[in-house]
Amino acid sequence: MKAIIEQLTQAFGPSGYETEVTALIREMIKDQADEIRTDVLGNLIAVKNGSPDGKKIMFAAHTDEIGIVITYIDDKGFLRFSNVGGVGIATLVGSRVRFANGTIGVIYQEGKTQWKELTLDKLYIDIGATSREEALQKVRVGEFGIFHRDFADLGGRLVSKAMDDRIGCAVLVEALKRISNPKNTLYFVFTTQEEVGLRGARTAAFGIEPDLGVALDVTLTGDTPEAFPKAVELGKGAAIKVKDSSLIAHPRVKDLMVELCETKGIPYQMEVLARGGTDAGAIHVSKEGVPSGTISIPSRYVHSPSEMVDLGDVQACVDLVLAIAQADLEGVI
Amino acid sequence: MLLARLTQANGAPGQENEVRDLIRAEVEAHAHVVKTDALGNLLAIKNPDAPGPKVMLAAHMDEVALMIVGIDGDGYLKFRPIGGVDPRVLVAKTVVVGSKKTPGVIGSKPIHLQRPEERENAFTVRELLIDIGAKSKEEAEKLVQLGEIAYFTTEYEEVANGKVKAKALDDRVGCALAIRLLQEEVSFPLIAAFTVQEEVGLRGAGVAAYQVEPDLALILEGTTASDVPGTDEHRQATALGQGPAITVMDRTVITNPELVQELFALAAEKGIKVQVRRSTAGGTDAGRIQLSGTGVKVATIAVPCRYIHSPASIMCKDDFEGAYQLVKHYLARLEERAGLS
Amino acid sequence: MDVKEVFRSLSEAAGVSGYELELAKLIEQGCPWADETRLDKLGNLIMLKKGQGPEPRPKVMLAAHMDEIGLVITKIEKEGFLRFSTIGGFDQRVLLAQEVVVHGRQKALTGVIGAKPPHIQAPGEQNKAVKMEDLFIDAGFDSAEEAAEHVRVGDLVTIKRRVSNLQSSFMAGKAFDDRAGVAAILECFKTLSKIDHQADVYGVATVQEEVGLRGAITSTYGIIPDIGIAIDVGFGDSPGLPETDTIKLSKGPGIAMGPHVHPKLHTRMVETAKEWNISYSLDPSPYPGGTDAYAIQVARAGVATILLSIPLRYMHTPVETLDYQDVQRTGRLMAMFIAGLDQEFVEGLTCF
Repeated sequence: MKAIIEQLTQAFGPSGYETEVTALIREMIKDQADEIRTDVLGNLIAVKNGSPDGKKIMFAAHTDEIGIVITYIDDKGFLRFSNVGGVGIATLVGSRVRFANGTIGVIYQEGKTQWKELTLDKLYIDIGATSREEALQKVRVGEFGIFHRDFADLGGRLVSKAMDDRIGCAVLVEALKRISNPKNTLYFVFTTQEEVGLRGARTAAFGIEPDLGVALDVTLTGDTPEAFPKAVELGKGAAIKVKDSSLIAHPRVKDLMVELCETKGIPYQMEVLARGGTDAGAIHVSKEGVPSGTISIPSRYVHSPSEMVDLGDVQACVDLVLAIAQADLEGVI
Repeated sequence: MLLARLTQANGAPGQENEVRDLIRAEVEAHAHVVKTDALGNLLAIKNPDAPGPKVMLAAHMDEVALMIVGIDGDGYLKFRPIGGVDPRVLVAKTVVVGSKKTPGVIGSKPIHLQRPEERENAFTVRELLIDIGAKSKEEAEKLVQLGEIAYFTTEYEEVANGKVKAKALDDRVGCALAIRLLQEEVSFPLIAAFTVQEEVGLRGAGVAAYQVEPDLALILEGTTASDVPGTDEHRQATALGQGPAITVMDRTVITNPELVQELFALAAEKGIKVQVRRSTAGGTDAGRIQLSGTGVKVATIAVPCRYIHSPASIMCKDDFEGAYQLVKHYLARLEERAGLS
Repeated sequence: MDVKEVFRSLSEAAGVSGYELELAKLIEQGCPWADETRLDKLGNLIMLKKGQGPEPRPKVMLAAHMDEIGLVITKIEKEGFLRFSTIGGFDQRVLLAQEVVVHGRQKALTGVIGAKPPHIQAPGEQNKAVKMEDLFIDAGFDSAEEAAEHVRVGDLVTIKRRVSNLQSSFMAGKAFDDRAGVAAILECFKTLSKIDHQADVYGVATVQEEVGLRGAITSTYGIIPDIGIAIDVGFGDSPGLPETDTIKLSKGPGIAMGPHVHPKLHTRMVETAKEWNISYSLDPSPYPGGTDAYAIQVARAGVATILLSIPLRYMHTPVETLDYQDVQRTGRLMAMFIAGLDQEFVEGLTCF
């Protein structure tokens, strides 16, 4: 599974421009699904049919990552940019970006700016061009880029950019590989544009009309030095979401997840996120409503180029997905 | 002149009647079906039963204005903005209030009576009042009702170098474009959706898209041009005279990459000057339309306008014409393709 | 059925956004006038009172939210104190020294919200508002282990408050936002049970309004009403608040005007109030958001909506205060409005 995670996290896929990622996933799962299609917003939907008396479950993990978009090229060839999704200023200075054609750039701050006053418009990107014309040979205004940072295997823990939410995608890819003859009909949706407003999930859910929605996404932990109080920690298992700002997990869905973990011995922890959302936020208010929840992969340093996850937690999430896929949902939803 | 009439008509979010009636009169002859919905969106539909693609043009009818929320004991009117208005542009302007079109002014303390430090603070909306010359609350109540709207009284005027000054260029330019484009000869379904309440949360667009179910939508807007003194070049969203601006991303939408590429290529082919909208701030109806149903391919083409959301805006006629030409050619391109299949 | 009594029991019950089931049961029991009731996928309670006459009949949806703002446990500290986060918008200053109910695994427990005591604070600290992250709940546990036997991360917390009867028909309590609106719907149904009406009326106690109007979004999509009437609370007059921003208590509901209100519905509602001598205030509102009306209006192909606001002082605090007669006035106004509806009026709503 490490190889899959490395491939997925290193792929290029800022919000709105996820085709490299969805193509990669399609290649990984093409022999596993009964049907694979892409919709108008670029969501990749893989269907695995279940028994007629089962329910329709939509699992969602987003393929997009946060990034930047070029807004201006000055006459010396420096680029100005805006953020795509929630980008923390503190993580930018000295970081590198990568564009679709492989062009690399360095982000730095205007010389005279004090650290305290740092805002996005005081930063620029240097791609090593010496003039506007030279820059225009490699990039254009309106072009999207991602953070450039390699994958690191620390043994039981992995670090990379875009763990949010390629790790969720990896969980679904792994689950899809291990499932056969599911009880319920499963829609594995690799969504687009989550980071800019849960957009892909919204249109995907409208088309699928699931009975149950489950998002796979990362959540923050409280286990680092002087962290704000948060109960979630790396190594304590799959995090079952109670609420975040986009969703209050349906009580019966949350209870089902807890019950499955207890009966199957899957390590788990409960999660409350004050600010932040997942695709389940869009799914649960689709049409007449869809009971939904989220399985969270605990992660440190979210929305930085070095997001860290624990392999044991990831495995627990896969097991929980499999358990839900096979669960008898009659009376639950 | 269409744009003059459109900009001088008054239509606040939720009270777009005057604008809607004007537009309806213009489009009736060019659509097979014209109808409204529960929010007041106006849909003009050409070739409703023809095979696709179903193309939607969207422009919003509402403008930012002021709502009367109170009348004080002396007959002055208290107001709040409806839609986003920087309060600093309000002071010392003339307005017209309500169905009786009562003239009024937004006054302030004379400079002679102010201390120098006072002039450093901007007036807030709560401090400003509209004076209609009434001598008492009772007199004011005969002329104006709570909930009525005060509009700016800016007149449409052509200024130097092919530029135009008017109020509500955002988005009467879009309405004017849509009215003209509806006259194109096409065989596929073409729907001009004149939406309501864009300025208070993009309210009408999603409702319109739900009814239309388009395959693709072009949103026609008036957008911020900040090519003015005091703005670094890299912080200008658009500049006047550089052609219509095509949006790559704003707060509500990342426009469809293929569609945007097509538009740039078409502009190059036909020699139409275009620019990229170089800001990700702001939002338009495109955001709601893209997420309607199972998703819609969208692009936004905007005429750059300086000083939007204030009483007097300025745009460049060539940019407006460029927007018209670009979309006209795009519709023709779609017509060619529809003919082949 | 004494609706005022039902209202009191609703206020004292616990139903934080997302966990409204207990409230739904109480409301259903408190509404013998409905022909059919059901719960939808997210837990919205939909009570249908059918109209008379042949189909098609106008479809009216009344919506008031049954969820209240509350707290959720985020961490158990090693000494047994409980850290929390909010569900919905709380002014954290009203939380200090408040008694709460912690809804634990087996039962409800009493706790107190505490912070550092005043005499060990630095000089000047007492003038600054306490911050949310400095607050914690003390339920008496001496260790994390002991706490964990009764409470878990994710458990909900509500304010502990019994309804107080103030002078005349004034009442104070928690969650009047928006159980007062729910009570108004019950009062409306009670009145409708004695008069003829053509329209089919869907009284909806919505869920999760406080966290994003979520119940209103999905329930409207399912009902597809011709008219949507949202009943929420409005800012009641009180010292320090400018008159333009408030509605006077004891003068009936505020009838809103603004982008979220269909002009014909506003006119008709005001006419109805005048005809039946029901007090009301005009409530001009340039901003359409903040209540279920915002969500109802843009469902599917759009819905003609209107908002009625019951004046309420000290909103989102544990001592919300109103005049119950305003609740009754609102209920009666809606009933008379509904009684006057016919199919022709409803069809005219999409003509502009």
